[in-house]
Amino acid sequence: MDLTELYQSVILDNNRRPRNFRKLPTANRSAAGNNPVCGDEVTVYIQVEDGRIADISFQGAGCAISQASTSVMTQRLKGKTVAEAEALFGRFKEIVTQGTPDEEDLDLSAFAGVHQFPARIKCATLGWHAALNALHGEAVTATTE
Amino acid sequence: MKLPASTPDWAALRADFPILHQLVHRQPLIYLDNGATTQKPRAVIDALVRYYERDNANVHRAIHELSYRATTAYEAARARAAQFINAASPEEIVFTRGTTEGINLVSYVFTPRLKRGDGILLTEMEHHSNLVPWQLLARRTGAQLLFVPVTGDDGLLDLARIDDLLGRNVRLFAFTHISNSLGTVNPVAELCARARRHGAVTVVDAAQSAGHLPLDVQALGCDFLAFSGHKMAGPTGIGVLFGRHELLDALEPFQGGGEMIASVQFEQSTWNKVPHKFEAGTPDIAGAVGLHAAMDYLDGIGRPAIAAHDEELARETFARLGGIPGIRLFGPPGERGGLVSFALAGAHAHDVVTFADQQGIALRGGHHCNQPLLRKLGVPATTRASFYLYNTPEEVDRLIEVIRQAAGFFGR
Repeated sequence: MDLTELYQSVILDNNRRPRNFRKLPTANRSAAGNNPVCGDEVTVYIQVEDGRIADISFQGAGCAISQASTSVMTQRLKGKTVAEAEALFGRFKEIVTQGTPDEEDLDLSAFAGVHQFPARIKCATLGWHAALNALHGEAVTATTE
Repeated sequence: MKLPASTPDWAALRADFPILHQLVHRQPLIYLDNGATTQKPRAVIDALVRYYERDNANVHRAIHELSYRATTAYEAARARAAQFINAASPEEIVFTRGTTEGINLVSYVFTPRLKRGDGILLTEMEHHSNLVPWQLLARRTGAQLLFVPVTGDDGLLDLARIDDLLGRNVRLFAFTHISNSLGTVNPVAELCARARRHGAVTVVDAAQSAGHLPLDVQALGCDFLAFSGHKMAGPTGIGVLFGRHELLDALEPFQGGGEMIASVQFEQSTWNKVPHKFEAGTPDIAGAVGLHAAMDYLDGIGRPAIAAHDEELARETFARLGGIPGIRLFGPPGERGGLVSFALAGAHAHDVVTFADQQGIALRGGHHCNQPLLRKLGVPATTRASFYLYNTPEEVDRLIEVIRQAAGFFGR
């Protein structure tokens, strides 16, 4: 396949200029994720208010897929409830494992090419696992292998 | 780039390796992950097939013809391995599953000989298989782990610190010959001589050197040396642990079972003589036969020529990668083993590896089983190109071109 199918411009752009890349002083939830095999690391910070994600940020280091997907995730999760976040993660997992783009969600669909690289699915979902752990108040470090 | 004309016909040797002649992602395969495992020549593959088709039987335990042939082939491989590294006798060769098992064997059998307050000296450039077994030994005995520092990106050992460290009750000094992540070639003979003056037993990890350089354990003066068959054109599952005879003789066994015993009673047993004392159970006979063929193959070309060839490709790669903006190179600029590690600003190692893979180039990206060192150098992962006798200057040209493309693709 063409490399630009995997590394869509949304991914390259979010890797070069990750959004919401900072610590969040107002966070009342946070969780780390790491991928011990390749060394990808993210920490997601979330401020939950009245059951909604009022603000969300992350810091980390790793491959373009892991950093860009976490960056895109922070943009898409702001304002969502926990249940909505879970539903969105379900859709994202479908995109990266089945390669089925969602016409209405072009940012998440940018990761559809990942399904052709099974070894990289864990990179794409790392930040999401950390975010869901944080929302569920689980202090464990998410690992994807 | 060009290699000196006096070297063997490297391009012709490629015909000996069936796996090289294929397309990967519709591009000719360029295999540059030899630090992880090397490809196998037809001679090794044929030796395995021939053994299984004609000679297969268990060793040392039956009187019939096939068992005699299998035993003869297995012991011939041992004698060949002794000759390959100039051990004083075949009895100093223990067959293992590979370098990792060899190091684990030594670390295990030294358990009763270490006590709280003793030191185990390692270096900061050890990969996990020459680190974790010693962590386990330290935990079992209360011994303390000490580390020879690595000076920085140039990947050299801080030799000025060694005598001080060896003076701290160090009983064992384990270090790599060639670093799998930096390409550094450590001065084994000097390190062994210094250790000997302090009464420390030396364990050399030769995983990255045995298939590339001529090795002479007597000249190096090491007590133990371990290597893997699969990193030197041989099969997976077979490796060699060299141990000085008097040490092997004095140490207790590693695993118990058949083959390693002299006589067995219900309550106790006596041990077979070395090296069989350390080879419990049916060994990898076919693996030993394949390793024998690999050693013959390598020496048919000549290890000095292979070493020069691999180093030349690595030096050329190192020099030309240095011209790419945003690149950070690891390991010494001078003498080096046949590998180069680097990091590209703005492009993570896994993205570089995926990018290269799509062009048919097999590279390694990650921490190379060397997490503590990369953490110290402040880099999460590096990309590594590691060379072997079938790699060509044209492949280096292509590698440089693709890394330049990757830098442009991912770079800021």
